[in-house]
Amino acid sequence: MTTNDRRAEQRPVPGGSVEFDADVLVIGGGPAGTWAAVSAAERGARVVLADKGFCGTSGATAAAGTGVWYVDPDPALREAAMANREKLGGHLQDRRWMARVLDQTYQDGNRLAAWGYPYPVDDSGKSQRNSLQGPEYMRLMRKRTKQASVTILDHSTALELLVDDDGAVAGASGVRRQKHDRWTVRAKAVVIATGGCAFLSKTLGSNVLTGDGYLMAAEVGAEFSSMEFSNAYAISPAFGSVTKTLFYGWATFSYEDGSVVPGAASKGGRSAIARALLQGPVYARLDKADGNVQRDMRASQPNFFLPFDRTGIDPFSERFPVTLRLEGTVRGTGGLRIVDDSCATSVPGLYAAGDAATRELICGGFTGGGSHNAAWAMSSGTWAGRGAADYARQLGPARQRRLASAGTVAFRSRSNRPLEPAVLARAVQDEVYPYELNYFRHASRLDGALARLDAAWVDVSAADAASKDDLLRARESAAMLATSRWMYRSARARNESRGMHRRDDYPDQDDRQRHYVTSGGLDEVWTAVRPHADASYAEAAE
Amino acid sequence: MIEVIDAERCTSCDICVNVCPTNVFDKTDGIPVIARQSDCQTCFLCELYCPEDALYVAPHADTPCPTDVVALRETAALGSYRRAVGWTDQTRDLRGIDRSYLLFGH
Ligand SMILES: Cc1cc2nc3c(=O)[nH]c(=O)nc-3n(C[C@H](O)[C@H](O)[C@H](O)COP(=O)(O)OP(=O)(O)OC[C@H]3O[C@@H](n4cnc5c(N)ncnc54)[C@H](O)[C@@H]3O)c2cc1C
Ligand code: SF4
Ligand code: SF4
Repeated sequence: MTTNDRRAEQRPVPGGSVEFDADVLVIGGGPAGTWAAVSAAERGARVVLADKGFCGTSGATAAAGTGVWYVDPDPALREAAMANREKLGGHLQDRRWMARVLDQTYQDGNRLAAWGYPYPVDDSGKSQRNSLQGPEYMRLMRKRTKQASVTILDHSTALELLVDDDGAVAGASGVRRQKHDRWTVRAKAVVIATGGCAFLSKTLGSNVLTGDGYLMAAEVGAEFSSMEFSNAYAISPAFGSVTKTLFYGWATFSYEDGSVVPGAASKGGRSAIARALLQGPVYARLDKADGNVQRDMRASQPNFFLPFDRTGIDPFSERFPVTLRLEGTVRGTGGLRIVDDSCATSVPGLYAAGDAATRELICGGFTGGGSHNAAWAMSSGTWAGRGAADYARQLGPARQRRLASAGTVAFRSRSNRPLEPAVLARAVQDEVYPYELNYFRHASRLDGALARLDAAWVDVSAADAASKDDLLRARESAAMLATSRWMYRSARARNESRGMHRRDDYPDQDDRQRHYVTSGGLDEVWTAVRPHADASYAEAAE
Repeated sequence: MIEVIDAERCTSCDICVNVCPTNVFDKTDGIPVIARQSDCQTCFLCELYCPEDALYVAPHADTPCPTDVVALRETAALGSYRRAVGWTDQTRDLRGIDRSYLLFGH
């Protein structure tokens, strides 16, 4: 592969904005976005990558670090890796996609080694590649993205997509929040890699993840899938942001009085923690970790210990209060529906990668503690970048397309009643944080929440355009609101419990619902059912 | 949340202003200011990028936790995260000691 020396062109425009012409625009600079940008550039495309924060520190991976579904290409190991999560995911995975993600992740993981990622070496001398330190990994990805001649725009939040007369996506525009001006990128294809939506819950590294890409994609008519699998909650010290859960596998959870919470565990017993938290405080102590394990923990996840070291708590011998923070679709599996192997969405010119896309193909209805998200981010990023570059090439030399802005909420002048972003964000949080609404779902409670959220949408769509200073926050809170409605509508459409989706009124898994729930729409939210690949094959064979 | 910019250590390089993903700092003619503390997501990344170990992020995510810089200097907290991940000259060997592969699957 040759390194591309073609850069996106900056067009001269009057002050107050910057404009670029590119083949591919990547929105979001986490692992999915940077892999997409690098692979598109390697295909010869001129690429711009715009990130809301700083490409290299922004997003869930940079702050948290991830285990990676990196499995040696030994058929028995690969088979075991695929089989062992199928039940957890509610049998919604697709074997063909799992196999391709394992292949691509293996290749990408090895490229990281070639690029200098300092993988550890075990006692037998083998390089171990199933874990990536977030800051180290994303610093390297920023460097490789720059070396691939990608133009990086930091602190450049995308606010809306641009479309041509045929409705194909043709770029985006947004704000440069440190320069207080606007940016526009005209591109032949766009990759949405804006991550998931964690509803500003302060789960580690995720306050930049407000579902912006979903909202922008929905405004051009894109579809979602598996949005009911959006109620991931992660354990953290009650006062802290570090929602890293692996080490709670060595914890004992107790009530205020010191008695053990029955059934509580990080894996397979998190709902018991949620139920206990509904009654009062819950404490943890990592008392099952022996000296060796403690040492390995410190070496592996230094950030896990920051909340303890900085408050003088010894988590191995002392109890500390814990909470569950909502991670929404960040460690959920719902997102933009992928329609082919190149990670195209249902809208021409629009691709999706990472948490912005559905991970149902490899995770089904459950993720967490399995390293699939990280594998998906690099694999889908690699494919979406290539897919977008190929689409751009096939579109031919830049035609003079007339472009229109697709943004709706917070852009339109309406009733002169202002949209209040902080108030709206709080209102959405009130509907999606409570365990009794979102962790443990029930038709009547979902209906109540949906009625309030739908009313909020009517209100917001009638609100006046946000002021320049409020626009970013207004769009973020509108995106959270839109996300919550696809979530709960989809949750309402799945009358069973499967994967992470739990219905108190339908506690069992129902074999007849082994299908995907798709969704979309803004003013009118819709859901539909799409058969699982196995069912379609079975039908074709009949 | 971010609590401290140690004026004695800071060289006004503005790296923290650039790297903070939630745009918490503002540039000034001198050392940056914590302009939007409530936007801080307690990710600790500014500490990793500050070459002078002049920043301190308190681990409390939801409430400010005023921290006395003089007392802080007496502890080993300033720069402790950067040292732990191996991003200082003295600790660079720590970059490759991830032992997660021994802990997964527990
Ligand atoms: C605490 C924690 C631990 C985790 N541990 C694991 C693990 O062990 N294994 C695993 O597989 N997965 C894990 N995950 C999940 C994993 O981090 C994500 O799946 C992964 O980061 C997804 O990559 P991404 O590039 O899609 O999104 P992100 O890394 O979240 O990046 C999204 C980027 O988009 C940018 N962005 C957002 N909106 C806009 C906008 N409007 N305009 C421009 N840019 C925008 C953001 O600034 C950000 O840089 C963990 C997540 C958390 C929170
Ligand atoms: S990165 Fe550190 S030295 Fe540089 S301006 Fe920020 S606080 Fe000061
Ligand atoms: S902890 Fe993270 S969000 Fe807070 S100031 Fe530092 S870099 Fe910014």
